[in-house]
Amino acid sequence: MSESTGAAAAVSEPPRLKISDEIAIEMVGVNKWYGDFHVLKDIDLTVKRGERIVICGPSGSGKSTMIRCINRLEEHQRGNIVVDGIELTDDLKRIDEIRREVGMVFQHFNLFPHLTILENCTLAPIWVRKMPKKEAEDIAMHYLERVKIPEQALKYPGQLSGGQQQRVAIARSLCMNPRIMLFDEPTSALDPEMIKEVLDVMVGLAEEGMTMLCVTHEMGFARQVANRVIFMDYGQIIEQNEPELFFDNPQHDRTKLFLSQILH
Amino acid sequence: MTMTHADESTSEAYVRDRMVEDAAPPSSSVGAIGWMRANLFSSIPNTILTLLGIYIVYLVVPPLIEFTLVNAVWEGEDRTACAQAHGACWPYVEAYFWTFIYGRYPDPERWRVNLTFFLFAIGLVPLLVPQMPFKREGLIYMLAFFPVAALILLTGGDFTYAGFFLPMPEGELRFWIEFLLVAAAVTGGIYLLTREAGGNAKGTALSILAGFGVLAALFFVASIDFGLVEVETPLWGGLLVTLVIAVTGIAASLPIGIALALGRRSNLPIVRLISVIFIEFWRGVPLITVLFMSSVMLPLFLPEGITFDKLLRALIGVALFASAYMAEVVRGGLQAIGKGQYEGAMALGLRYWQMMSKIILPQALTLVIPGIVNTFIGLFKDTTLVLIIGLFDLLGIIQSSYTDPNWASPTQSHTGYLVAALIFWVFCFSMSRYSIYMERRLDTGHKR
Repeated sequence: MSESTGAAAAVSEPPRLKISDEIAIEMVGVNKWYGDFHVLKDIDLTVKRGERIVICGPSGSGKSTMIRCINRLEEHQRGNIVVDGIELTDDLKRIDEIRREVGMVFQHFNLFPHLTILENCTLAPIWVRKMPKKEAEDIAMHYLERVKIPEQALKYPGQLSGGQQQRVAIARSLCMNPRIMLFDEPTSALDPEMIKEVLDVMVGLAEEGMTMLCVTHEMGFARQVANRVIFMDYGQIIEQNEPELFFDNPQHDRTKLFLSQILH
Repeated sequence: MTMTHADESTSEAYVRDRMVEDAAPPSSSVGAIGWMRANLFSSIPNTILTLLGIYIVYLVVPPLIEFTLVNAVWEGEDRTACAQAHGACWPYVEAYFWTFIYGRYPDPERWRVNLTFFLFAIGLVPLLVPQMPFKREGLIYMLAFFPVAALILLTGGDFTYAGFFLPMPEGELRFWIEFLLVAAAVTGGIYLLTREAGGNAKGTALSILAGFGVLAALFFVASIDFGLVEVETPLWGGLLVTLVIAVTGIAASLPIGIALALGRRSNLPIVRLISVIFIEFWRGVPLITVLFMSSVMLPLFLPEGITFDKLLRALIGVALFASAYMAEVVRGGLQAIGKGQYEGAMALGLRYWQMMSKIILPQALTLVIPGIVNTFIGLFKDTTLVLIIGLFDLLGIIQSSYTDPNWASPTQSHTGYLVAALIFWVFCFSMSRYSIYMERRLDTGHKR
C-alpha cells in the first residue's frame, strides 16, 4: 500500500498538508427517506479537519443529499450528524450556528440576481455576522480578487459567464470565513472551457488546508487534491480510498463499472 | 486560426485589402415610409387592421372634439347657458369643481384638506423618484407622521373614548383599561401559539406589544384637542373620499397581502390555515356585499350604543378585501422564485425573515409589479362602490349634482361623466406608467 502511494505521489505531486486529528464532521448511521424512497442508508462518515474528500457515484445515488444533510438543507430522519462539534437537531439556533461555519457552492450557483456581485458577497457578513459594511466590502473585494474577478464587483450576476458566476459563488461563501466548504457538483452546469477556472480556485482552496467535501465527477481534480475518494451508490457508501488506490485498483464491481463508464 | 486584417500587409494578391463602403439603406426601409411599411402595412391583414383602426379613430375622435370643444358652452351663470347646448356644459363643471374635490366639506375648513394633500405629495414624491435621497426618512414620514397628521387634520382630532364592555362608568379610563386587557390577551395568546409551534415566541410577542404601543400612541394623539373644528365624515366627499379610501386600501393591502402570502406558504399549519381561510373568505364575497355587511349588518351585531364611523367601516372592508387579492398576487411571485434562491440564502446562514426580506421578497415583488399595480388600479376604481352605502366619492358626488335644478341641461350628465372618467383615467394611467418605469428600473437584465 505504501508502495503505490509513493508511486502516485511522484506522478501528481498532491499537496500533502497536515490533516489534524480534530474531527470536522461526523455522521453516524444516518438514514433518510423521501416518502417511501430510502435515499441514505446507514451512512457512516468521519471527516477530519483539513481533509479533502471527493464524492462520486451515479446520479440518484444520494451523494448530493448526503452533503446537503450536513448543513440541514435536507433533514435526516435517523442517525447523528455532528458538525464542528455541534450536533444537528431541530434546534434552529444550532442549525444557524452550523450554517455560519459551513460554506456551500451549488451546481446552479444560486447567486442572488437582484443584487450586484459585491452585494451578493457582503449580504451574509453584514446580516449574519453583523459586520460593518465597509469591512464586509473590503473582505468581499479581497476574495473577489482571489477568484480573479474584482473588476466585475458592480455588475449583476446575469451579466457574467457561468464560470465567473461560480467563482463569485465561491467568493461569497468564503466571505463568511467558513471552516468547512461543501461543493455540490460545482462544475456540472458549466461549459467545458469554464470548468478549469473554477477548479483552479478550488485547488487553491485545498492547498490552503480548507476542509472540503466535493461532489464532482472531475476525476483529475480528485486525483490532484483529494485525500480520499468516496464512491456512493443506492444511498450507501460502497467504497472509499485514497485517490491513487481508488482509481488504479478499485475493489468493488460497481466501482469498477462506474469508473469504466466515466473514464472511457 | 489566424485572422487576416485589411491593414496587415499580405503577400497574397487575391486577399482583398480594401472593403467596399457601406451603401445607404434603400428609402423604403428607413424614415417615415420605412416605419410605416414595417409597422402598419407589413402584410395584408396588418394593412386591413390599420385601415380599420383609422376608421375607428375617425368615428370617435371628431365627435369627441366637437362635443368637448366646438359645440361646448364656455360661459354662463346657470342652466340657461346650457339649455340649448349640443356640447359640454363647462360652466357647470366650473361651478361644481370644488364640490367634486371636497364634497360637502365646509368651505372655511378646506385648507385642512389642501394641507393633507400637500403633506401627502411631499412625502410621496421622494419615495417615488429613485434618485432622491432620504428614502428611510421618507418612509417613516409616510408610515408614521402622515397618517396621524391626516387623521387629525381631516377629522379635527379631539376624539373621546367611552370604552366598550367593562361594567364600569363610560369614559377614557374604561377605554384604556380595556385597551390594556385586549393588548395583554392578544400578546399572551400569540406568545403561547408561537411557543407551541416552536417559533421565536419572545421576539414575536415583543413586536406585537410594540404594535399595541404604536396603536396606543395613535389613540392618545388623536384624543388631543388641537383646536380644530370637527368635520364629520358624512360631510366628506368627492375626490377626497376616493383618495382616502384608495390610499388607505393601497397602503394597508400591500403589507397585509405580503403577510398573508407568506402565511399561506408557511410550514406552520395554524398560520397556513388562518391565512387560507382569510384569503378565501374575502375573495369569495363581492365587494358590494362586504360594504353592505359593514354598514347594515355589523351594527346589528355590535352592542347597543356603539357605533363605528361609516367611512371607517368602509375603509376596513376595502382594505381587507384588497389584501386578499394582493396576497394571491404576491403568492404568485413567491412561487416563481426557484428553490435555489432559498437554499443559497439558507446556506449562508440567513434567518427566515432575513431571507424573505433581502432575497425572496425583493425578487418576488419585482416580478409581480404588474399584478400589484393591477390590484391597485382595480381598488382605485372600486372605491366608486361606496356610493351604495351612502358615501359620496368622486363619481357619487358628480351624480348627486345632477339633481341640482340650477344646472339641469341636456348635456349635464354627459359632461359630468366625462369629467369623472378623465380624473379616474389620469390617476390610473399614472399608476400604470409608473409601474412600467419601475419594472424597467428594477430589471437587472437576467433572471437567475
